[in-house]
Amino acid sequence: MGATFDYWKLTKTVLFYALVLVIVVVSVFPFYYAILTSLKSGTDLFRVTYWPTSISFENFRQVFSQGAFPRNLLNSVFVASVTVILALFLAVTASFALSRVRFRGRSLLLMTILAVSMFPQIAVLAGLFEVIRFLGIYNTPWALIFAYTIFTLPFTVWVLTTFMRDLPVEIEEAAIVDGATPWVIITQVFMPLMWPALVTTGLLAFIAAWNEFLFALTFTVSNDTRTVPVAIALLSGGSQYEIPWGIIMAASVVVTVPLVALVLVFQRKIVSGLTAGGVKG
Amino acid sequence: MATDAMAPVGTAATPKIRSELLQQRARAARWFLVPMLIALAIVAGWPLMRSIWFSFTDATLNDLYGAEWIGIGNYLRWQVLESGTVRYRGVLADPDWWNAVWNTVRFAFWSVLWETVLGMIVALVLNAEFRGRGIVRAAILIPWAIPTIVSARMWGWMLNDQFGIINDLGMKLGLLSAPVAWTASADTAMTAVLIVDIWKTTPFMALLILAGLQMIPKDIYEAAEIDGVHPVKQFFRITLPLVRPALMVAIIFRVLDALRIFDLIYVLTPNSRSTKTMSVLAQENLFQFNNFAEGSTQSTLLFLLIAIFTILYIWIGKVNFEGGDR
Amino acid sequence: MASIELRNIRKSFGAVNVIKGVDLEVRKGEFMVFVGPSGCGKSTLLRLISGLEDITSGEMLFDGKVVNALTPSKRGIAMVFQSYALYPHMTVYENMAFGLKLEKGHSKEAIRERVEKAADMLQIRQYLDRLPKQLSGGQRQRVAIGRAITRDPKVFLFDEPLSNLDAALRVQTRIEIAKLHEGMHDVTMIYVTHDQVEAMTLADRICVLRDGLVEQVGTPMELYEKPDSIFVAGFIGSPKMNFLTGEKAEAFKCTTLGVRGEHMLVKPDGIWEGEVIHTENLGADTYVYLEMGQEEPIVVRLEGAMQHPSGSKLRVSPMEDRVHRFDEAGKPIR
Repeated sequence: MGATFDYWKLTKTVLFYALVLVIVVVSVFPFYYAILTSLKSGTDLFRVTYWPTSISFENFRQVFSQGAFPRNLLNSVFVASVTVILALFLAVTASFALSRVRFRGRSLLLMTILAVSMFPQIAVLAGLFEVIRFLGIYNTPWALIFAYTIFTLPFTVWVLTTFMRDLPVEIEEAAIVDGATPWVIITQVFMPLMWPALVTTGLLAFIAAWNEFLFALTFTVSNDTRTVPVAIALLSGGSQYEIPWGIIMAASVVVTVPLVALVLVFQRKIVSGLTAGGVKG
Repeated sequence: MATDAMAPVGTAATPKIRSELLQQRARAARWFLVPMLIALAIVAGWPLMRSIWFSFTDATLNDLYGAEWIGIGNYLRWQVLESGTVRYRGVLADPDWWNAVWNTVRFAFWSVLWETVLGMIVALVLNAEFRGRGIVRAAILIPWAIPTIVSARMWGWMLNDQFGIINDLGMKLGLLSAPVAWTASADTAMTAVLIVDIWKTTPFMALLILAGLQMIPKDIYEAAEIDGVHPVKQFFRITLPLVRPALMVAIIFRVLDALRIFDLIYVLTPNSRSTKTMSVLAQENLFQFNNFAEGSTQSTLLFLLIAIFTILYIWIGKVNFEGGDR
Repeated sequence: MASIELRNIRKSFGAVNVIKGVDLEVRKGEFMVFVGPSGCGKSTLLRLISGLEDITSGEMLFDGKVVNALTPSKRGIAMVFQSYALYPHMTVYENMAFGLKLEKGHSKEAIRERVEKAADMLQIRQYLDRLPKQLSGGQRQRVAIGRAITRDPKVFLFDEPLSNLDAALRVQTRIEIAKLHEGMHDVTMIYVTHDQVEAMTLADRICVLRDGLVEQVGTPMELYEKPDSIFVAGFIGSPKMNFLTGEKAEAFKCTTLGVRGEHMLVKPDGIWEGEVIHTENLGADTYVYLEMGQEEPIVVRLEGAMQHPSGSKLRVSPMEDRVHRFDEAGKPIR
């Protein structure tokens, strides 16, 4: 009796860890394989291997030396950073009003903001194109910064509102008694308390802007103004049969490694930010 | 006493004095909201209206301002031929459109279904206590962190018909008898898209479900344990009902996202009729095929579809809010 | 430095009336305590005085001037919150200096001088560079008080400041607040508590609130000796006043007869007899609970340690001149 029980328990443990292993391998393997491929060169590329056989940085050298990829990388950094700063600036004050001041129509406004974040981007594409042409920013990074506000702003407002709602009322009241105006409360009392939330939302907005494709594809048309997702998507060789997989993988790794590093460093914060934006929202 | 007569507040004899504090806060709130509202109006409200307006015009990419109102013709128009048969034209009579609708719905259904099931499994694993849990959580964040375009390219390489590792693996394990042209063949293109999307998005689903699972008090399970409830029964009787609000919201969130899918399909299976979704079709019509009005019509229809789901989402979210808060 | 006058103050949140017409005068330099059971509106009343809450109707005057519209800082108030509400990211010094910095027109040296003076008063000078999280609960409470002192307020408001402290610290801090009041006797202080012991020990005058209305205002001894209602009689004093009804009250020509435990005498010819059901020995005195056919057991407070085994009979009499007689409406018959 006791022996069979242990046997069953052992089986369960083995099965559980097998499942864990499958989850980890499936999650990590494609990225591992991309790195593996990016380190291959020449005909090695077309031999399937599961372990690194030889390491060559030829693909990386090519990615950075030919074409506009370094420029694209800079564009992406610029666009994503400015987008985040802009969104956070507009969102911090707005979410103070939404979370801390009682006024009529507040919940309707919150619902509208939530609805905007659900917008299919394609639905505004035609109209946005017109506005961008009108502003004369077509085919510049500003077109993307402008367009990305449509998803980063509602998201940051929503998450910061949920965070700010949880800050203790008495601290705000103490500041009011001390003679602080709403602006002082935000900048000198709330912002220092909220920096974890600001980092999280900023990071999530950054990732969203960094990865965006549809607007970037539509509103930029020259090699010099594109961001990396479009550049990687459009990377191709002389003909359809000569897709430069090694270079594509190298570019992919370059684009992804900083993100993966950021995400792993800020794991906990990101998980809480995602759930604040998702479940509560 | 006279004071008792003024019991209903506000009708008081003394005019109510609004406090400076409230006025100051109301004023500040207005100033704080205005920039955001203006930004959203320019970047979302106005473009949406214009897009919808374009769908009722004959606008072309090169002549947006010369667009003239033509009514619902872009949606549906008909023409009675001399033979007496009626010929329908417009997006709603276009087989390509309905093909895209079918592809989108099919994609949304299967991807969300699998992501929910797999996400639930991963969430249950992460909710258990075991050594190395931190590593697993870190590992599943990787697919989520990888840009969609990059994952499309990565998987495109892995699913390559000649040199792809998936074919290699499948044949070594005896699952495949011959290499499959995953992304190019009409039969498997949708499967390929689904594999990549499920791989990339299941972590997100798992994290949302995990957040729901972690709100379930542990002592409920301890009580069930003492009562000798079988673990499978525990899952269906305790876990599922309690996690359902979070799950429903996550599902609708994902459905909305899946309905607007563009980038993965555009990069992984370009020009494949069997995967072309509403967003891809609309974008192509707008900016590549010079069918601006038709593209606007398609994007408007997609907007309507998603609007319905959004209302559903907010409705369920609100129910959840009221039920969950007190 | 300010006298406060409330004229028919009302406050409602939506349809709920919380303060239902309060008239009250707080004198210059007075220590006034608001006391009452939870939900009586005492905290709301304090917040109305502070200006954090909007007055629905009525007039609030500071030194004869209507201040209904003024912000808290313009009213010249300082407040100590139940949760201390220190700014977690600022050092003790920055916490205390924050209000002065916002006021403009104070030089750095002047601010430092005032913060240090307040810190010396509260013996927290050695903590000025620490963050709130590095302090104990009692130390945080001093910082919260220090922050209020630094602003040199005309009116000092306390919202249940001791309720987060443990019992020993509560007594110690209570004594310090009393000393503080003596040292700043020109500052008007209003203090909210649900603890009648705090009220009795600290107050110059107590305002007992019940259900959004003032039940009675008076010095601690006035409330103790001449309660205006059964409610006040029952609320003030420990152990709680005994209330007797029926024949025993009729013998004193009233509906309800109130006798405090300390005003009961045990003697062989006592007019009432009861059965001992429980004895609490507190060392200095002893509470004996007697079953006398009343709704609640009757408490008798005896000096010194006494032994009265449960089940034994005891005869007691009230001190004739210390009984409180109440009519049907719960009002005293004098």
